[in-house]
Amino acid sequence: MKFMMAELCGKVTGYCKGKGGSMHIADRDKGILGANGIVGAGHDIALGAGLSAQYRGTDQVCVCFFGDASTNQGTFHEALNMASIFKLPIVFVCENNHYGISMSSDRHMAIKDVADRGAAYGIPGIAVDGNDVLAINEAAVEAVARARKGQGPTLLECKTYRWRGHFEGDPGSYKPKEEQEAWLKKDPIPRFAAFLKENNILTEDDLAALDAQVKTELAEAILFADESPIPAPESVVQDIYSDIVEEVRVR
Amino acid sequence: MKTMTYGEAIREGMSIRMREDPNVLLFGEDVGAFGGCFGVSAGMFNEFGGKRVRDTPISEGAIIGMAVGAAATGLRPIAELMFIDFLTVGMDQLVNQAAKMRYMFGGKISMPMVVRLPAGAGVGAAAQHSQSLEAWVTHVPGLKVVYPSTPQDALGLMLSAIDDDNPVMFVEHKAMYAMKGEVTSFDPIPLGKGDIKHEGKDVTIIATGKMVHEALAAAKKLEGDGISAEVLDPRSLYPLDTDLIAQSLGKTHRAVIVTEENKRGGYGGEISATIGEQMFDLLDMPVVRLGALNSPVPFAPVLEQAYLPNAQDIILAVNQMQ
Repeated sequence: MKFMMAELCGKVTGYCKGKGGSMHIADRDKGILGANGIVGAGHDIALGAGLSAQYRGTDQVCVCFFGDASTNQGTFHEALNMASIFKLPIVFVCENNHYGISMSSDRHMAIKDVADRGAAYGIPGIAVDGNDVLAINEAAVEAVARARKGQGPTLLECKTYRWRGHFEGDPGSYKPKEEQEAWLKKDPIPRFAAFLKENNILTEDDLAALDAQVKTELAEAILFADESPIPAPESVVQDIYSDIVEEVRVR
Repeated sequence: MKTMTYGEAIREGMSIRMREDPNVLLFGEDVGAFGGCFGVSAGMFNEFGGKRVRDTPISEGAIIGMAVGAAATGLRPIAELMFIDFLTVGMDQLVNQAAKMRYMFGGKISMPMVVRLPAGAGVGAAAQHSQSLEAWVTHVPGLKVVYPSTPQDALGLMLSAIDDDNPVMFVEHKAMYAMKGEVTSFDPIPLGKGDIKHEGKDVTIIATGKMVHEALAAAKKLEGDGISAEVLDPRSLYPLDTDLIAQSLGKTHRAVIVTEENKRGGYGGEISATIGEQMFDLLDMPVVRLGALNSPVPFAPVLEQAYLPNAQDIILAVNQMQ
């Protein structure tokens, strides 16, 4: 959380030394190949990660996250096809929040379920309630098991909602009020908390403690980011190549 | 010493590393049992198997993207695009992903991948299968670009390209695949090291790819006319061997740059500007730049020849410099 916050603030202590920012946070050591600023670009990169796991004979599985609107990019279709014919260990997870910026999914695609698109590539397409933690877990466990058995990729569509705008400052005026209100009632966090309480897994006090812990972690991350130094200007030309440092501007 | 064609030398370079390093693999359209559209990977499927010499569907974006993901997770992939022209389809994966990932992630990721890019005109393949698009890739920080002109250079540069931890664009001229040459060394040729292909003292002809051979033909003819031309092949477009260029110009004080790209916006312009900025005092006269006409590559042979720069153009340019 600390390194993430530092990256968001463009600090040298951030995951990417302040060179990635909010759109490109990655941590190779944790196996995270980064978020992507180009909608749909991750689908193709996932192919390589899946190929690598298969080629090296590990039990690794690549999980590729993307939105509903990205499934209209050519990359989605070429990646699903290629992953399917090579039986690559990939779980394609579509977080269907029903909007691509201002364009609702019923306007940007002619079908209701992204999951249906799996059929075109001979892979299972499974749509689940994206606000139900346990339903997603169940489907994901199955998809990962398939991948590990060499049965290839799965397309997992998690239907959810974007509460806010696409960016901060986006008024979200294109979202019908009733639709927004109906979805707000389906908030997955209180829903899962209620499940945990009803099944005596966590008490009200445990949940409150968890909330407090998250708030503390956040406060610490903000403090860490605030107190971290900004990058040295000359670092602008570092990290482009493994072995070449480009010419720097002299002012 | 061994006589090899340019295509065989590229294959030999890939095969040497594949025999040594199980993490090196080749994929692309029809590179498997078929042996590649130009036969460059012929026999490799039999030697290394379908897992390491892998056919892909016609999905150029996914081919480059797969190389990006594989390189980021420990492999050293070689991706073949059947024609450099098809780079247009995979440009996002190359420019926004391969070239930038290391930087965006604060240098914490390596991107050891080679993209083979068959380029060039002269084979009657017309506008969408003949281009020289090297300037597009030299423009992008994060990419390295090589363009061998002989079997020896093709082999040595392929070894270095595979060994490099950055994305290397391996531009190969499709009309040179059958060209034979002596291969005396099986060692890597460092990226960023140019080569004097013919020594001279009156003028430096800086040429890339197939134009090196036009320059050599021109130099031979000029020699008969009493003009001693030096032919300099940068071999690597980025990094560029500016030391070698300065060394040569220190001797000849005249430069002609010949590349096969459309002249407008071509990499020849970058070489020219570099000379102007850094070596102006070495020059006796302005740099002359030759390229293809600013036209799409035409089909009819007579038009294609009119489009391409050749030895005659070089001779004319050199004669006008006297």
